[in-house]
Amino acid sequence: MSGPGDERPLLGVRGLVKRYGAQVGCLDVGFDLWPGEVLGIVGESGSGKTTVLDCLSGRVTADGGQVVYVNGAGVGVDMVGLDESARRRLLRSEWGVVHQNARDGLRMGVSAGANVGERLMALGARHYGRVRGQAFDWLGRVEIGQDRIDDLPETFSGGMLQRLQIARNLVTAPRLVLMDEPTGGLDVSVQARLLDLLRGLVEDLGLSAVIVTHDLAVARLLAHRLLVMRGGEIVEAGLTDQVLDDPQHPYAQLLVSSVLHP
Amino acid sequence: MSYNFAYLDEQTKRMIRRAILKAVAVPGYQVPFGSREMPLSYGWGTGGVQVTASVIGPGDVLKVIDQGADDTTNAVSIRHFFARTTGVATTTRTDQATLIQTRHRIPETPLRPGQIVVFQVPIPEALRWLEPREVETRKMHALEEYGVMYVRLYEDITRHGRVAQTYEYPVIVNGRYLMRPSPIPKFDNPKLDRCPALLLFGAGREKRIYAVPPWTTVKSLDFDDHPFEVEHWDRPCGLCGARGIFLDELIVDDKGGRLFICSDTDYCSRRQAVRPDGEALS
Repeated sequence: MSGPGDERPLLGVRGLVKRYGAQVGCLDVGFDLWPGEVLGIVGESGSGKTTVLDCLSGRVTADGGQVVYVNGAGVGVDMVGLDESARRRLLRSEWGVVHQNARDGLRMGVSAGANVGERLMALGARHYGRVRGQAFDWLGRVEIGQDRIDDLPETFSGGMLQRLQIARNLVTAPRLVLMDEPTGGLDVSVQARLLDLLRGLVEDLGLSAVIVTHDLAVARLLAHRLLVMRGGEIVEAGLTDQVLDDPQHPYAQLLVSSVLHP
Repeated sequence: MSYNFAYLDEQTKRMIRRAILKAVAVPGYQVPFGSREMPLSYGWGTGGVQVTASVIGPGDVLKVIDQGADDTTNAVSIRHFFARTTGVATTTRTDQATLIQTRHRIPETPLRPGQIVVFQVPIPEALRWLEPREVETRKMHALEEYGVMYVRLYEDITRHGRVAQTYEYPVIVNGRYLMRPSPIPKFDNPKLDRCPALLLFGAGREKRIYAVPPWTTVKSLDFDDHPFEVEHWDRPCGLCGARGIFLDELIVDDKGGRLFICSDTDYCSRRQAVRPDGEALS
């Protein structure tokens, strides 16, 4: 894992603002994400976590601020002012987005193999055998039985759908993955397996990721650093263990103390 | 009371010609146009009829095809319509026609420079069953995001061992736009590529016109290890004996008797005319 020794962060966010009319989505949010780092954003519902994530991916247009991403060619691009074609190209090549609801991120009408292969084909893969080979390989890596490659996602369980969505995103080896509540809506044992898997993948691939979650246990397991958000603002930031074991801000203290075994 | 030449008023023709010019300038791109009510119902070729009406001139010789045949209802009535409203000469011979309106086939007789072929298109959008939002499909065309089309081919190969699409097989025009050839059989796709004639596509209900100018490259989508292929028949035409052309299957009796004959009636009848005996082959 690399750290602040590298000259530039992968993602530099400064003064990000998003308002929904009179409502505040997020206010003056700023942080750096370094290559190989997993950053967790925690906070209660409505604290602006998902708004920040949506501003990063461009799904929501920020009202102000900067999101500078250093792309594969080493050029910094500001995601906020980026034109749509470049943004969409980035989203299907160097970035991955894992939705809370796996159905939002999958094509439910086509087989698991086609779901995994879509990004490859979108990037120009034109050899059926090789696309299928990679899909096969990735289903194994996310612990979906490889005999399920031709089955429709409709026939998968919730945990399998989420793993399939992860495979679909990671197949093109993205440099940055945005995850919104990747374990939401799954039962505890399935969550544990998914977290195990994610942790392994993050380490193996040296992924950089931003993970939004309200579950502090998820944050503890996956994130290197944490941001605590409330009312659209970052109220505390620091190393995960530090924030969870010794929270400074009253709200962070409340958040940590409201969980039985964080 | 008499109609204007080719039924449509001059302002409408002018509007459609502008759309056609734009379509020719951007091969494969769907140009919106103000489709008019025509004296035939949607699905019967209102788009093709409007395009034909806009490009036809008194010196043209018109041929109209319906599923390869010159003598079916749709072909006869459209041919009659233009004969009445323009007085142009009509023909069934591909080589003598200057303007050919067709439903779902490209003639077997090779097209030549100077000819215009007008296709009747029911659904112009190639991404229609893959992406329901029209706004999104236009964006996908604009940004050349055609990965999802390959997802469909992948699914076909996975389920059927080959691409099962046999008509309106998707193509890339001029290396840029994904196009849905009007529902011609994929057998006719190779005829689109570098075709010497101008190919115009009109969709009346969907209000779109697109075009493939002469000598434009048209590539059928495929995978490197599953190349595009056309249909083959293991027997010749039962009437004229032609091989390597598109055949229709006819059931000729109630004992399971079948006859495979040319879908292109002009091609078939002219081959029969030059045969000395004129007898059907068995």
